[in-house]
Amino acid sequence: MAKISPKRTPMKEQAPEVRRHNFDEVPFGYTPEEAKVEAQRCLRCKKPGCVEGCPVQVDIPGFIRHIAEGNFLEAMKVMKRTNVLPAICGRVCPQETQCEGACVLGKKMEPVAIGNLERFIADWEATQPECVMCEIQPATGKKVAVIGSGPAGLTLAGDMRKLGHEVTIFEALHKPGGVLMYGIPEFRLPKAIVEREVNFVRSMGVRLELNYVVGKLKTVDELLEEFDAVFIGTGAGLPLFMNIPGENYLGVYSANEYLTRSNLMKAYLFPQYDTPIVKGKNVAVVGGGNVAMDAARTALRLGAQRSILIYRRSRDEMPARAAEIHHAEEEGVEFQLLTNPVRYIADENGWVREVECIRMELGEPDASGRRRPVPVPGSEFRIPVDTVVIAIGNSPNPLIPQTTPGLEVSKRGTIVVDPDTGRTSKRGVFAGGDIVTGAATVILAMGAGRIAARSMDEYLRTGRW
Amino acid sequence: MVKILKKSILAPGVKRLELDAPEIARKALPGQFVVLRIHEEGERIPLTIADARPDEGVLVIVFQEVGKSTMLLGTLNDGDGIMDLIGPLGRPTEIERFGTVVCVGGGVGTPEIYPVARALRQANNRVIGIIGFRNRELILMEEEMRRVVDELIVCTDDGSNGNKGLVTDMLQQVIDRGEKIDRCFAVGPVIMMKMVSLLTKKYGIPTIVSLNPIMLDATGMCGVCRVEVDGQTKFACVDGPEFDGHKVNFDLLMARLKTYVNEERQAVELFRQAQTGCGCGRRGA
Repeated sequence: MAKISPKRTPMKEQAPEVRRHNFDEVPFGYTPEEAKVEAQRCLRCKKPGCVEGCPVQVDIPGFIRHIAEGNFLEAMKVMKRTNVLPAICGRVCPQETQCEGACVLGKKMEPVAIGNLERFIADWEATQPECVMCEIQPATGKKVAVIGSGPAGLTLAGDMRKLGHEVTIFEALHKPGGVLMYGIPEFRLPKAIVEREVNFVRSMGVRLELNYVVGKLKTVDELLEEFDAVFIGTGAGLPLFMNIPGENYLGVYSANEYLTRSNLMKAYLFPQYDTPIVKGKNVAVVGGGNVAMDAARTALRLGAQRSILIYRRSRDEMPARAAEIHHAEEEGVEFQLLTNPVRYIADENGWVREVECIRMELGEPDASGRRRPVPVPGSEFRIPVDTVVIAIGNSPNPLIPQTTPGLEVSKRGTIVVDPDTGRTSKRGVFAGGDIVTGAATVILAMGAGRIAARSMDEYLRTGRW
Repeated sequence: MVKILKKSILAPGVKRLELDAPEIARKALPGQFVVLRIHEEGERIPLTIADARPDEGVLVIVFQEVGKSTMLLGTLNDGDGIMDLIGPLGRPTEIERFGTVVCVGGGVGTPEIYPVARALRQANNRVIGIIGFRNRELILMEEEMRRVVDELIVCTDDGSNGNKGLVTDMLQQVIDRGEKIDRCFAVGPVIMMKMVSLLTKKYGIPTIVSLNPIMLDATGMCGVCRVEVDGQTKFACVDGPEFDGHKVNFDLLMARLKTYVNEERQAVELFRQAQTGCGCGRRGA
């Protein structure tokens, strides 16, 4: 066997000075040759840590082995057994803390670029005349309703369909995909790719009802009259604000609004598309997670001269993926770390013109284990802005909990489930994803969908709750 | 695709559409709204439900052509389709037996107050309707309103229907003649709802207004429709759209409604150009 390269095969990307002006995807993906080279770095461990590190337990050494041998079709077949959304996972999973974080190579050198390979194999399939179909088991006659077409709902739907159940997904928006569609920008996850993966789930025979708000048009109880089981995957959609003076001034957005206008409604193409967005010259984004990075980078692409990220802790505590922070920096996002807004100042028409901030220092660790940011008295200063995006998180969407009697909900508004089964306090009703955990990652939501599917199948077959 | 069953013109620039939407029609209650998107490049437009005939599966909306999207909607005809329709959204009006209620509709607020007035009457209230318009040409739904209220006052800003004055003037007259009003409902332009609320506050008449902030997803996700009520931020789409008029910060609402005036102007201009070009109403067609 040839000596293993200590470095992973780099993925070519658009140059920062070019990409900060367009919405095209940043990395170009591997060529088949690059993919083979990278796949050959895999040690084919007997006890692969990467699989354990993956919330949906993809057979990683299995598909990588086929790539290394150039059998891309076989690689895809292995992939589809456990993951119906590989093009999405390959792009947005935090691989560095999951599969790649557990890769044995990573102890001495760079771990295998598992995410890049996953992305490669999914994109390769898209160039083929036909895609690999999943095996569907004989019909069970059981009907499953899935509320929400985000990563949790899609995963559960795919799994349940494979097991022979009839599945209908109800989606409130006019496009399926949930946060994959409205939240994550085109330059990180092209919408055509989301559509392709959703279409794959559809091609398995999963029905999709769009523009359907469960809780309004039909309640969960009404769905239970028609369906044998219900899965709630409605996510964490309610934007949080800081409740500081001036937050309702014109030009102050929630990240959800800013990103939904841009991603789902294509406001960056206004006036070809009808939805407008404020194309600010000086944009401040408040927060330090992936959503904040997405908003700050979107601002640049909308034409901002300055995109300033305001985060109250230091870089070490930033929850965003390292790659996203790096991409944002390369593109010229300015970081105001250890800084927190205290109020907004508007002009005579109510448009935001300045944000007043205060410097922070880190004190003792708080409940999250991170050092708590404490304001430095007298350190207030102002930044001139014409647009502000608040990206400090979301809380669970309350619509279903409010309209479903007997569904146990936590103080934070999340639905209470048994973590091993996804079962709620209500017979036949399962839940998973952000509505259970609070705002988290795509892959954790998918993992929750997988766990709930296993348990839901058992319930449908045995009737035991 | 949602089919337009019947289109009618109620007044210059004000149109009424009957839509084939059985599921929504079955669930729709007074005070709720829908969001529609006309075509792939369109925006999501929130519109109050003006009426529903659940037995026939018909949902009725009335709209004024004010921006590009409502203008385009106005060009559609019987048999045409609307790409997306979602609803019913928002909390329904709280309908109870209050006693004597006044339902105030300003302009295109009238079709929105109509189902509320009807439901209040069905709940055995004595309903006084006040509807106001700029001029006689623009009067809407007078006959329908008359059928569902005990008394109807129709006024115009310019007096062209013989009853000059604003809805607040009419409300003042009703108060002055010694009516004991137990509750007031007002739907119309923000400034009208503000003036009605200021007036009723003086007399301690509980007042409900239906707010119309900019909306996007309208399911509680985006936060654009936030309004200040009693000093607290609320989302009109899920906490409303109806609120206590005495506690609403109307000035903030009016300011926020102006967020996209420039973009709206630009879109209307382009739409007009395209209209005079090929007449199909869509760009580049």
